[in-house]
Amino acid sequence: MPAISFQSVSKTFPAARGGSGQPLKALDNVSFDIEEGEFFGLLGPNGAGKTTLISILAGLARATSGRVLVQGHDVQTDYAQSRRRLGVVPQELVFDPFFNVREALRFQSGYFGVKHNDAWIDELLDSLGLADKANANMRQLSGGMKRRVLVAQALVHKPPVIVLDEPTAGVDVELRQTLWQFIAKLNKQGHTVLLTTHYLEEAEALCGRIAMLKQGRVVALATMADLLKSASSNVLRFKIDSELPPFLAGKARITGRIVQLPAHNAHEVEQYLAAIREAGLHAEDIEVRKADLEDVFLDVMGANA
Amino acid sequence: MTGWQTLFYKEILRFWKVSFQTVAAPVLTAVLYMMIFGHVLEDHVKVYGTVSYTAFLVPGLVMMSVLQNAFANSSSSLVQSKIMGNVVFLLLTPLSHWSWFFAYVGSSVARGLLVGAGVFIATAFFATPSFVAPWWILVFAVLGAAMLGALGLIAGLWAEKFDQMAAFQNFIIMPMTFLSGVFYSIHSLPPFWQSVSHLNPFFYMIDGFRHGFFGVSDVSPWLSLGIVGAALLFVSAIAVHLLRIGYKIRG
Repeated sequence: MPAISFQSVSKTFPAARGGSGQPLKALDNVSFDIEEGEFFGLLGPNGAGKTTLISILAGLARATSGRVLVQGHDVQTDYAQSRRRLGVVPQELVFDPFFNVREALRFQSGYFGVKHNDAWIDELLDSLGLADKANANMRQLSGGMKRRVLVAQALVHKPPVIVLDEPTAGVDVELRQTLWQFIAKLNKQGHTVLLTTHYLEEAEALCGRIAMLKQGRVVALATMADLLKSASSNVLRFKIDSELPPFLAGKARITGRIVQLPAHNAHEVEQYLAAIREAGLHAEDIEVRKADLEDVFLDVMGANA
Repeated sequence: MTGWQTLFYKEILRFWKVSFQTVAAPVLTAVLYMMIFGHVLEDHVKVYGTVSYTAFLVPGLVMMSVLQNAFANSSSSLVQSKIMGNVVFLLLTPLSHWSWFFAYVGSSVARGLLVGAGVFIATAFFATPSFVAPWWILVFAVLGAAMLGALGLIAGLWAEKFDQMAAFQNFIIMPMTFLSGVFYSIHSLPPFWQSVSHLNPFFYMIDGFRHGFFGVSDVSPWLSLGIVGAALLFVSAIAVHLLRIGYKIRG
């Protein structure tokens, strides 16, 4: 039985009241399964429907059609069972200003009917570097610390399936490492992890399998290894001060002075370099590297334009 | 503790942590009403022929405080957690709509009764009313607080900003409590306004509650019980339905 099963999930938001806008189709017939123990990445540009899909999974929103199962339990008709199995770290940095960290975690345990949970709460606080903040009011915590509490709150009932919606947005390097070590440890212990992130290098390092969403549709679904193989295998990267010839500009990804061109073989690399020479341009810091997830991502998103 | 008990306890702790605002302030307000209206009207008004105005005023002020604070508790808690976004912590849990209902309404009843007890103790220094039928006092206090707690739940779900919440409180709850006979017996009103008062369910809460103290009231406490009970069921049914469909909290 899959840990999470999305079955023909569609979601349409009605047109804004008073406006003449069209209804917005945020998700269009999304279907895929995530198996037990997977570390799964859900990627896509802003507005692709990632958060909507996770909201439906978590019961924060309802699908217009289709259904979602968590370890076989329907998130609508059997919500108590499905929510017990899910630990969700929301994207927004929210907190309850009335309480301190330990109180917040005790309440969250209680809502799930978990009693005498202090041993696990202490372990969570330790693992997330929050031990000395247990009695601090939520208002006094920095953004990074609040983010850690959100993670602890999601895990307080020991859910087998963990969902992280952009958990490292605006988070410093140290916390990102602490967080990923901890999540990777949980994944090794058998927890299923579903992650959405904009940091593609994080997804590449962590996820075994990836789904890419674009305008509410799944446009890629494969293991990380297959995705990387599917892309042009290499990238020619160099710096240049002048404008590229049109032949290259059409294919290149340009970030400031840095130009990156997909290259499938040595012949293509030679062609590119020849084009630069013929245009009388001067390229610096030339290197050929292996394609990464970001290249694949841009390929996939571009191909479906 | 089970899920709903945890939420109930959290809601109690929430208002208790700011008890100056949620308990002490409404008690002080009621004492000020007592001092001013009691001072102005004590020598001029006798109610039911025998009851001094100050003594008459005590149960009215107590019940008004019970109702207003029960409403304020569930409504402000919900609207705050919606605006702060922390309502998501509840939405992610397996808590059923019944759990939400009993926790929010239960904590509203607790705050209403606590403030009511505070107002009673403070105003009893001015005039101690009798306790002719204490069961009526308790029954109407609990039912009234529960109805306003449920109404607060509806308002809290409906309101998207504090301004809408304030509108609900100031344009519906306040007039209905003030015009329900807190400060007067409706027998002192012209016949037309007496009939209008009979359409206000808050009137029956206060009238029944006051019957518990004096053994006299504008209408029979059994009639009041029936109307208050029916109003409570009606409002609760709406509140539970809105929670079940996730009105304005689940997309």
